Amino acid sequence: MMQRMACFEKIAAARDGAIVVATYTSAFEWHRVDPNPLNFVSVGAMGQASSHALGLAIGLSDQKIIVLDGDGSLLMNLSTLTTIANTAPKNLVHFVVENGTYEANGGHPTPAQGKTDLAGMARAAGYAEAHSYEGLNQFAVDLPGLLAAPGPTFAALKVEAGDAPPLNYDYDWLHSADRRQEFRDAVQPLLKD
Amino acid sequence: MAALEGPRGADIIVALKEAGVFHVAALPDITTSAGLLWPLSKDTDFTFIRLSKEDEGVSICAALGYCEKRAVLLMQQTGLMDSLNNIRAVGCEYGQPVCMIVGLLGKEPDKAPTESASIGVRIIEPILDAMGIDRILIEGPEDVAKLPPAIDRAYATSRPMVALIGRRVEA
Repeated sequence: MMQRMACFEKIAAARDGAIVVATYTSAFEWHRVDPNPLNFVSVGAMGQASSHALGLAIGLSDQKIIVLDGDGSLLMNLSTLTTIANTAPKNLVHFVVENGTYEANGGHPTPAQGKTDLAGMARAAGYAEAHSYEGLNQFAVDLPGLLAAPGPTFAALKVEAGDAPPLNYDYDWLHSADRRQEFRDAVQPLLKD
Repeated sequence: MAALEGPRGADIIVALKEAGVFHVAALPDITTSAGLLWPLSKDTDFTFIRLSKEDEGVSICAALGYCEKRAVLLMQQTGLMDSLNNIRAVGCEYGQPVCMIVGLLGKEPDKAPTESASIGVRIIEPILDAMGIDRILIEGPEDVAKLPPAIDRAYATSRPMVALIGRRVEA
């Protein structure tokens, strides 16, 4: 098992200007690691990070889009796997931070905990690549290739539940109009005619 | 009595282009399938995104808005009902211009939606009103002209909009 913050530090180091769409617990932790106006955290309802990322990947086809999803969130929008696979954006990398719990809602286990192979589901849905990682060293070795490969690419990052320092779940910050305006402003230079 | 005429799909496609919409996310809906959805899916002017579930389309359309690309989500009212939480979050609370074209499955051609015998049809307009969502009703060919200004209004005000399709779309 890995530590989520350690995984995020590796991703931040390899980010290279990518847009990062992060959901709920991952959004708060990602913001600690790599605050950046190209972080998109305004994902609306639970589970919708990957669908927002797909829209951004279609709209900004020359821009790498990284999703930091959660396993509980993915379970709430599993249909996204077939939609992304069918649309097949080459610029989309879908990380799922898998700790087997609904961490922001009391740490209850997900129904997939210990039973479901999320990467296997993504692979079966038709992602170009799908992997699972339990060790940070292997993840760090593979990460540049995951980000460079033509997508859609999926990687489940198996992490310990509740491994980070206590989070302040500041939902006012997360859902603020300021977050959306910051992102809109940051994206503006990336738009083509 | 002669059958009431429905809107023409070709006119809706022209209206979408007139409104600057070139991205369509959709799940099949029998009200719009033959006259609109099939032609749209084959029109190379559009980027066509086949959805597995309707609420994905709310997010996809909103995200395209950040990229300054106009989009519509095409579905039937059952999908609208299934997507209400995301429409509430993204459209109503975030104030994103999510434009939806919604076929009213089971609506009688000669009745207003609120007068339908189908509860699934009857409740749609009151729900949209309760959520403060702009709506138009497209029943006949003449109603298609309402679509471009409704889309323009959604993007100008950054609010969601629903175009309800009350009769089967004709080819």
